[in-house]
Amino acid sequence: MDFTTAAALLELCEGEGLSLAQAMTRRETSLMDTPEPEIRRRLAHSLEIMKNAAATALAAPQKTMGGLIGGEAVALEKRRAAGRSACGSMMARAAAIAMGTLEVNASMGLIVAAPTAGSCGVLPGALLAQAEEFGFSDEELIDALLAASAVGYLIARNATIAGAQGGCQAEVGSASAMAAAAVVQLHGGTPRQSLAAAGIALVGLMGLVCDPIGGLVESPCQGRNATGAAQALVAAEEALAGIGAPAPLDEVIAAMYAVGRSLPRELRETALGGIAAAPSACARCKGCS
Amino acid sequence: MKDFSIFDIVGPNMIGPSSSHTAGALRIAHLARGMIHGRVVRAQFTLYGSFARTYRGHGTDRALIAGVLGFGTEDSRIRDSFRWAQEMGLQYSFEVNTTDTDCHPNTARLLLTSDTGETADVTGVSVGGGSAVITRINGVDIDLTGDYHTILARHKDTPGVVAAITGILGRNHINIAFMRLYREGRGSLAYTIIEADEEIPAEAVEQIRSQPSVQSALLIPKLA
Repeated sequence: MDFTTAAALLELCEGEGLSLAQAMTRRETSLMDTPEPEIRRRLAHSLEIMKNAAATALAAPQKTMGGLIGGEAVALEKRRAAGRSACGSMMARAAAIAMGTLEVNASMGLIVAAPTAGSCGVLPGALLAQAEEFGFSDEELIDALLAASAVGYLIARNATIAGAQGGCQAEVGSASAMAAAAVVQLHGGTPRQSLAAAGIALVGLMGLVCDPIGGLVESPCQGRNATGAAQALVAAEEALAGIGAPAPLDEVIAAMYAVGRSLPRELRETALGGIAAAPSACARCKGCS
Repeated sequence: MKDFSIFDIVGPNMIGPSSSHTAGALRIAHLARGMIHGRVVRAQFTLYGSFARTYRGHGTDRALIAGVLGFGTEDSRIRDSFRWAQEMGLQYSFEVNTTDTDCHPNTARLLLTSDTGETADVTGVSVGGGSAVITRINGVDIDLTGDYHTILARHKDTPGVVAAITGILGRNHINIAFMRLYREGRGSLAYTIIEADEEIPAEAVEQIRSQPSVQSALLIPKLA
């Protein structure tokens, strides 16, 4: 059993009354020979890692390898605790967790690359903030990770999730699409709405370039992870309200891939363009090799 | 095309910051350490391309040492691997090579010496997403990923050796997934790489090693 397009996945879900999580589980058990309890046990472990990374960064500023970032999660959390977050408490929490996870990653802490290390804050940011706000259980969060992996798999299979190939839209954009679909599922939305949310998120971040200062996974990656988490939540909200994406997810993925391939080399992880080439940014990272 | 698993997308679980420059580098070193008998006591690393330019900020050096020490990609000791190297008796040195540019951007060469006095010259490439490929051992171009349970046998390039090896595996009920043969030149040294789905018992490797034309046979466990 396999599906290689969003259209086929949707047909499977609607034809057999499956959630995205159930469809992805069925694919994994049949293709990879991994029994369902084993899949869920491993995802429970991944979820634990995500929670621990968030807790670490929210508790204290992290000293990163390049020294370009550190302490952003604590700063956001402090402001949130004051009770007047401009974007609302849940969204502020999502941003804090997303940015904090990047701090942990940049300080050689343990994270889950989802789908990549450079975008590792997006899924935990959106999912853990939602779980705190609405009380979703770990089992529901594991299902959310499964739904997210279905979308990520479709992008990886039919386009790319590598910044060097497709720019940041392929990393944070993909993570945001994954998180959007997962959040829709958490709120009881249909697979069709989940895929719409994924499309909305991916279109929202289409064209985003990969321009890491000094070639390090620190800045602007950290801020983009917060952006990706926020975009995921907005996209999920839109899809749950019945709003569709500008095109079916397969076409959105193809468009993202085409945009990625047309990005000049300078904007695909080479640290030669974008904000990485801004004079002040270059000056900041004199200390890195 | 490779089949993507759930855990390729939500995963790998890894010590950051970079799947290619940290997790992939560790994997190169982890594979290389399996390609020599005994415990590695000395490691000389040469870094090329992007590894050479950005290794400090990505912790590539720490990850390579951690890999030689046998730590996995989730091991929190990676960050402190310089200290662990001292504690575990591993001497190391790093060199950057920015003049050779015709290799993959994320390439590392490892000169390893073990406590048995054996040496190995291993080159590996981090190919993205935390995956790695060993591309060269002791001057012979090879292709080894650690995605399977692997036997690396070094033997004379002479008739019957491969048959002997596969015969031993057959008698041990090991189903070969992939098998490749590389050689320095006709009649000289050759490497056979066998990848299997199942775990390969140590006695099968021992039997291969005892073949007259076989100089060494190493079991490289499948990496998570």
